[in-house]
Amino acid sequence: MPEVPDAPQALNPQETERFNQLVLPHLDSAFNLARWLLRNRTDAQDVTQEAMLRAYRFFGGFHGGDARAWLLQIVRNTCFSWMEKNRRPEPEAEFNEEVHLPNSITPEALAIASNNRDRLARALETLPPRFREVLVLRELEGCSYKEISAITSIPIGTVMSALSRARQQLQVALTNPTREEAAREL
Amino acid sequence: MSCELPRTMIHGYLDGELDAVRAAEFERHLEQCPECVTALESQESLRSSLQRAELYEKAPAELRQKVLSSLRPAAGPIPFVAPRRRAAVAQWLAIAAVLLLLLYSGWRLFPGLGQKNDQTALAAQIVDAHLRSLEPGHLTDVISTDQHTVKPWFDGKLDFAPPVQDFAADGFPLTGGRLDVVGGRTVAALVYGRRKHFVNVFIWPSSNPDAAPSSGAQQGYHWITWQKNGMAYWAVSDTAAADLDELQRLLSR
Repeated sequence: MPEVPDAPQALNPQETERFNQLVLPHLDSAFNLARWLLRNRTDAQDVTQEAMLRAYRFFGGFHGGDARAWLLQIVRNTCFSWMEKNRRPEPEAEFNEEVHLPNSITPEALAIASNNRDRLARALETLPPRFREVLVLRELEGCSYKEISAITSIPIGTVMSALSRARQQLQVALTNPTREEAAREL
Repeated sequence: MSCELPRTMIHGYLDGELDAVRAAEFERHLEQCPECVTALESQESLRSSLQRAELYEKAPAELRQKVLSSLRPAAGPIPFVAPRRRAAVAQWLAIAAVLLLLLYSGWRLFPGLGQKNDQTALAAQIVDAHLRSLEPGHLTDVISTDQHTVKPWFDGKLDFAPPVQDFAADGFPLTGGRLDVVGGRTVAALVYGRRKHFVNVFIWPSSNPDAAPSSGAQQGYHWITWQKNGMAYWAVSDTAAADLDELQRLLSR
């Protein structure tokens, strides 16, 4: 991806106005996605700002349609290239079909395990980034499968199974606390 | 695992992304598969936890300001050359104005948008209910062209009395009625014929004030909805939109 210049190229005033009306209102969505992908608010601020500048520069290529999906696509791509450059390895997405759940997880046990914001947030952060993003887009951002497909470039027919695997992993992460967590609770 | 359905179906169902036919199939499957019922309950509970936990994190004010000021140089030529201090003041005023405008438009737009989305979501359910009714044996529970047979049939089955009229003379013969479920509540469904088409009219009590009809189309089906005398009405059909307008006028007479 090209380097972002210090100052954005000037759009003409009408285009700037359109950008302000269509894209800026989705700043919260952009930040929220970056925050959950990068697992850190400070990094998320930097990367969101970079993504907004990128969006501004490429706004000429936006020909109407869903501005939020268009912006979020830029945000997630900026996040992934940032992670490649700056990060310790992330957990890998397991693409084997069956992630078995222990049969003992009842809806009640799950409700108890997930009844705590910190615990849910930690569990979400242990998932591979590609699972985190579909969950954040679906559950926090309320995106349709079509929008998720447009943002992440996952084929639309695969969004449902990606979500299915992401939710199963989240369930496992919630009900099997890591060794570290188990130690803390002792 | 005894269940033959792919596990992913639960997610499509949970997310409202199955088409009407597959959703109805899945609902029938649920009736005989306790395993899928439990799995669905788990997923629903996980979803509501995720939503209750307020995990959404909004952009900090600091970031908003940084973004706005980094975009500012391109915001068009500044019409006059101001002393540096005035420019700074103008810049802050501009930021404040944009923030206020964003806040105001958010406040003004979203309640309205919410309503519109509610209506679209309800329209999707109405169209689904209409499609379900067209499956063999689902259209009517009481088959009669006589309003005096259909109306008493609803007695004791509903906690309200839907207005039942026959409009055969106006080209909309009453064919029957049935109970249906829309948005989690039991509603009355009246079935009218229109040439070779069927029109479903869903009726339930509602505390909203009387409202003029509004209409739309989804998946090739027209719908029209209005509110009168404490009842919400939704009519849906694959017949022409003008037919629905006509039926609406007859029902509101």
